[in-house]
Amino acid sequence: MSVPSGPLFGLRVLELAGEFTAYPGKLLADLGANVVVVEPPGGAPARGRAPFVAATPDPEGALGWRHYNTSKRGIVLDLVGSAEDRGRFARLLADCDVLLEGRSAADRTVGALDLDPARFTGQYPTLVWTTVTPYGRTASDPDQPVTDLTLLAGAGPVLSCGYDDHDLPPVRGPGGQATHVAGSFAVAATLTALLHRTRSGRGQHIDVSVDAALNVSCELGTIQYLADGQIVSRQTGRHATVSPTNETQVRAADGQYVVLGFPPRAAAQYAALVEWIDAAGLRDDFPDVVLLELGVERGGVSIVSLATDPLAQPIWDASRAAMMLLASRLPAAEFFLGCQRRALVAGMVVSPEAAVRDPHLVARAFAVEVPDPHTGRTELHPGAPYRFSRTPWRISRPAPHLGEHTAAVLATGWTDGEHDGGTPGTPPGPAAGDQPATIAAVAPVPGSARPR
Amino acid sequence: MTTSPWEELGAPADRWAAGPPERDVHSDALRHIRVCDLSGQLAGAGATRLLAAFGAQVIRVEDPTNQGGWDILRGAPPYLDERRGIELGAGFNNHNPEKLGVTLNLRTERGRELLERLIAVSDVVTENFAGGVFARMGFPYARLRELNPSIVYVSNSGFGASGPYRDFRTWGPIVQAMSGLTFASGLPGQPPAGWGYSYMDHMGAYAMAIAVLAALWHRDRTGAGQAVDVCAVEVGISLTGTDILERHLAGLPPREPGTVHANRDPAMAPHGIYPARGEDRWIALACRDDDDWRRLAAEIGEPWAVEATLAPVAARLAGQDALDDHLGAWTVGFDAEQLAARLVAAGVPASPVRSAAGRIDGPHPATPDWGLWPTVDHPQIGPARVEGLPVHLSETDWSLRRGAPCLGEHNQFVFGELLGVDDAELADLAASGVL
Repeated sequence: MSVPSGPLFGLRVLELAGEFTAYPGKLLADLGANVVVVEPPGGAPARGRAPFVAATPDPEGALGWRHYNTSKRGIVLDLVGSAEDRGRFARLLADCDVLLEGRSAADRTVGALDLDPARFTGQYPTLVWTTVTPYGRTASDPDQPVTDLTLLAGAGPVLSCGYDDHDLPPVRGPGGQATHVAGSFAVAATLTALLHRTRSGRGQHIDVSVDAALNVSCELGTIQYLADGQIVSRQTGRHATVSPTNETQVRAADGQYVVLGFPPRAAAQYAALVEWIDAAGLRDDFPDVVLLELGVERGGVSIVSLATDPLAQPIWDASRAAMMLLASRLPAAEFFLGCQRRALVAGMVVSPEAAVRDPHLVARAFAVEVPDPHTGRTELHPGAPYRFSRTPWRISRPAPHLGEHTAAVLATGWTDGEHDGGTPGTPPGPAAGDQPATIAAVAPVPGSARPR
Repeated sequence: MTTSPWEELGAPADRWAAGPPERDVHSDALRHIRVCDLSGQLAGAGATRLLAAFGAQVIRVEDPTNQGGWDILRGAPPYLDERRGIELGAGFNNHNPEKLGVTLNLRTERGRELLERLIAVSDVVTENFAGGVFARMGFPYARLRELNPSIVYVSNSGFGASGPYRDFRTWGPIVQAMSGLTFASGLPGQPPAGWGYSYMDHMGAYAMAIAVLAALWHRDRTGAGQAVDVCAVEVGISLTGTDILERHLAGLPPREPGTVHANRDPAMAPHGIYPARGEDRWIALACRDDDDWRRLAAEIGEPWAVEATLAPVAARLAGQDALDDHLGAWTVGFDAEQLAARLVAAGVPASPVRSAAGRIDGPHPATPDWGLWPTVDHPQIGPARVEGLPVHLSETDWSLRRGAPCLGEHNQFVFGELLGVDDAELADLAASGVL
C-alpha cells in the first residue's frame, strides 16, 4: 500500500454527474479526496458533448469529460429505474462525507433523493450535502434552459468584456468559466462545513447559485454600481470603466500582443524607464522623457496624488506612453522580460497551449502528463493550482471510463479507493493498485455492471 | 461534540472568546480559526473575505509608513459620495468586511517581534506579496514553523515561490494574459478582448481560500500544518484545461491572435450574442440541440428559419456566419429582456446581457430571495451595500454586517488584549512608528 497524498486524503465524496458538479468534484479529487462519480446508464450527458479526441463523437473521448473527471472513480447506477441501485446508492451515501449534486428542487427524477434538507439531514446527520444549480436549489427550474453563455450574459461578466467599438458584441470569456466560478465557491463552502463538522459532529446542506457566484465575481462591474450607481463600459483588452481610459494592450513588433500593468509609482521605476528609453535609442522619439525624469525627481507618483496634484497625471501618462512605445518597437517576449527585469509590470498575451509550455511553467514542472491505459493516449492537463508542502496535489488517475469502477465500488464500498494515494513527490500517473485487470471484469455495456 | 486531534492538542474552540467586546460574530462555521493576514488588494483580501464571512477571526496587518497607501485599494475609487481618503475606498470596504485591522512596521525589530507573537497564536498566515518577498522580510516558512509548528501558511503570488519569473510583478490583467485567458476571449480578426476586469483576482482568491481550508482540514485531522504556494498564473491556466487537452491530443501548434471566436461553441449553433433594440443592448442565446433550434425557428417564424436545410446542427455549424447575420437582423427588433423571457418560455436558452442596475436592482433578479447584497456598517463610510456570498449553509451560514476596518482600528484589541502588550508600551510603539 502506498502513502496517502493530498490534504483531503480520507474524505469520501459521492458526486452525481452533472454540468455544475464535475468541476468542484475534480477540485476535491485532485486534492486527494476519494471521489466516486455516479453516472446513469448510458453515461453522463458530458460524454456526448464536443469537442472529442477524434472527429466523431465517442463517450470515452469527450475532452470535457476527460478533463473534469480526473482522480475520480466512476460507477453506473440506475437511480430512476432500479430499486436495487437506489439501495446501493443509499449504502454508499450512509458512509460518505460529502454529496455533490446539481439537481433542482423541482427535479423528481432521482428516486433515491427526496430533496428535502429537513428529512435528508435527519437521515444522514453527518453528511455535508452540496447542491450547485443555476439559480439556487429552490429557484432553479429544470425546465428553465441555460448554458454557460446565457449564465455569463445574465450575471454580469459579459457586459464588462469586449471592445472599444460597441458595434461589436460584448464577449463571453470561454472555457466553462460559469462552472469554474460556482464550483470554487462550492468547494470553499463544502470545506467550511467540514471544518465545522469536525467540531460539532453535524453535517448540513449547502446551496450554491451559479448566477449569484458570477454576480459577485465581476470586480468593478459590480463594485462601482454598489458604490455610486454608475455602470462601467467595456474597452478593448482592459478594465471596463465609467470614463474611458488609455489603451494598455499593444501589438508588439512580432505581431503578438503585450499588456501593460499598473503604471509605475516608485521613483526607481521611473528611473528604469528613462534608462530603457535611452538604451533602446528612443529618446529622440519620445520628448516626454523629461516628464519621466520629473517623476524621478519627485520621488514617484502616488495614486492618491492624482486627484489633488496637477502634475501627477501628466507624469503618470508619460510613463504609460513610454511603455506603449517600447512595446510597439520590441518583440513581445523581449518587452515583457525587459519590463519585469526593471520592476515594471507587464505581460504577454499567450494562448493557453503556449502558456502551459512557457519556460517559467516548465521550470516549475507545472503541466501533468496522464497516461490512459485504456486508450494508450497520454493526456496533458494543467497541474497544481496550489502546491502543498506536506500533502501534494496530484492527479491520481485519468477520468474513468463508463462504469469502470462499478463492480469494485459495489463489492468493497469506499475502502478500495483509499489505498490509491500514491507517493508524494512522484510524477503523477495512474495510481498503483488501479489495475486494468479489475476494470476489464466490468462489462463495458452501459448499465450492465453489477456486483458479483 | 467530537474532539479532533487538533483540539486534543489544546486548540481553542472560539477565537472570539476574548472579544473585541463591541463585535458580534454571526457565523459559527469558522470561529475557531484565526488568520494573520498580510494579504491585500482583491487577490488576497478576496480569499480571507470568505473566511471572515464564515466567522474566522481575520486580522489584517498593514504597513503604517505610507498612511494607508500600502493596500492600494484603501483610498482608491469608486467612492460612495464626494468624500475622499484612505478610509473611503468602496472596493476596500467590499473586500474586507468583518475583518480586524492592525498596523505593524515590519522594517522595525519591535514590529517583527509583534508579528512573530501574533503568528504564534494564529492558525493561518496569508500573504500575496510577489514570490519570496515574505521570506526575505524574515519570515520564511521554516521560521513560521518554529513560531507555530501547526501553522498553515498560504502565499498567493502572480508567478509563485519559485521559477525564473518568481520576482516578477503582476496584477489581474497580467495574470490573465500570461495564462491564456485573455487570448481565448476575443472575436475573429480582432485583437484579444480579454476580460474587462480582474477575473483572476477573484479566481486566485478563491483558490487561495480553498488552499487554506484544505490545509486546515488536514491539520484538524493530523495536527500538522504546512506551506502552500499558490501561483495565480497556474490557477489561470487550470481554467483552460479543455483547450490545452484538445491541442495536445491533436498535436496542433499554438494558435495565432485573432483566430478565436469566444462567443461560439464547437457543438452548438446558433450560439452567440446578438443585437437587441436600443443602444448597446444585446441578447445571448444558444441552441443546445436540434430540438432547441426547432423551437427557436418556430418563434422566429420567418422562411429562412424554418428551412429544412438548417434542421441538423452540422448544417447550422457549417453556415454559422450567415445564420448569425439572419438571427441578428431578427433579434434587433426586440427588447432584450422581453425576447429572452419569450425564448426561455419556449425552452430555448437565452438571456439579456445585463448591466449591474438590471441584475442587482432590476425587478426580477435571476437568483431571487438570496440576500446577495447585504449592507455593512463602516465607521467612516456609513452603511454600504457589498457583495454577499453565492452559497447558503443550512446550519452555519455566512454573515456580513461590519465594514472593513479603519487603518489600525484594532491595534488596542490585538496587541493589547490578545498579545498582552500594556498601554504604556502600546503608546510607545505608536509614538515610535512601529504601529
